Amino acid sequence: MSAAQHIAGREIAEHGERRPASKRIIVGYGFWIFLLSDIIMFSAFFATYTVLSGETAGGPGGKDLFHLNTVAIETACLLLSSFTCGVASIGARARNDVMYYGAMAVTAVLGAGFLFLEIREFAGMVAIGAGPTRSAFTSAFFTLVGCHGVHVTLGLLWLLTMMAQVFAKGYRADILRRLLCFALFWHTLDIIWVAIFTVVYLMGAAQ
Amino acid sequence: MSHSMHGFHLHAADTAPGDEQADGREVAEGLRGYLIGLGLATLITVVAFFISQTSLVWQPSIPIALFVLAIAQMGVHLVFFLHITTGPDNTNNVLALAFGVLIVFLLIVGTTWIMYHMNHNMMPMERIMEMQR
Repeated sequence: MSAAQHIAGREIAEHGERRPASKRIIVGYGFWIFLLSDIIMFSAFFATYTVLSGETAGGPGGKDLFHLNTVAIETACLLLSSFTCGVASIGARARNDVMYYGAMAVTAVLGAGFLFLEIREFAGMVAIGAGPTRSAFTSAFFTLVGCHGVHVTLGLLWLLTMMAQVFAKGYRADILRRLLCFALFWHTLDIIWVAIFTVVYLMGAAQ
Repeated sequence: MSHSMHGFHLHAADTAPGDEQADGREVAEGLRGYLIGLGLATLITVVAFFISQTSLVWQPSIPIALFVLAIAQMGVHLVFFLHITTGPDNTNNVLALAFGVLIVFLLIVGTTWIMYHMNHNMMPMERIMEMQR
């Protein structure tokens, strides 16, 4: 541990315990700051969507386009994958291979299932002429929901990378810290999805 | 290899709860936490989907109910999945979260408030089109 890290650790720990905070807590804190900045970026997209959600320019609105059954299955996929991601982090902490790889594989399948449903929904909208260029409403919709989809895609790649890293390097302390960051990222995507299915789908279909 | 390094870390100064290998009791505790979170989140989600479609309640109350349920579910996710707690090693995370919530609130409420009033003060689109003729 370098002197600078040691001082940083001591400062963070001052609020709570006497001893310097562990690297795991400092890494988690740093990644949490990144996630909050990501959430703030999403909130700008949400603000845009809220303002533009009624501007359909005579085209189809949310009530015509959204299928709540698909959204319910997507929600179930992400929620369950958040749970299995938690199980995977416990498995890694317990050095339990079956629990870790099994839960990570289930998380990957659920995430891929979510992406499949979302891409199918987007393709269906484009096919009936409600693509991103149709109106301010569809532009805002594709930007907001598409940005979340891109995050899930990146998360999926990160997930496979973490499986490979644990396979190649074992449950090393630095690998476990990366895994902590991945778990935080994946859970945060689920939080953003809660906002999306409430503001975009449930409220949009009810209008 | 990993075990010898692990042993070293146990005695290093930067070891904290969570760094050492979890035993059976910790695994059960962790699983219980995630299961409670999953149960609560599922319950809130089902209620939200049900409420959005029902005609049993006064219709204007539905968006407010959906908002409250969404915020409750985000709270459940933060506590049970992201482990944002009131523990002493979590003070910084909570403070950062509070600041993030403040910015998100300013951004969304500020934007919708301003744009709503601008829409109100704007000349109707037909009038603008007439003037351009």
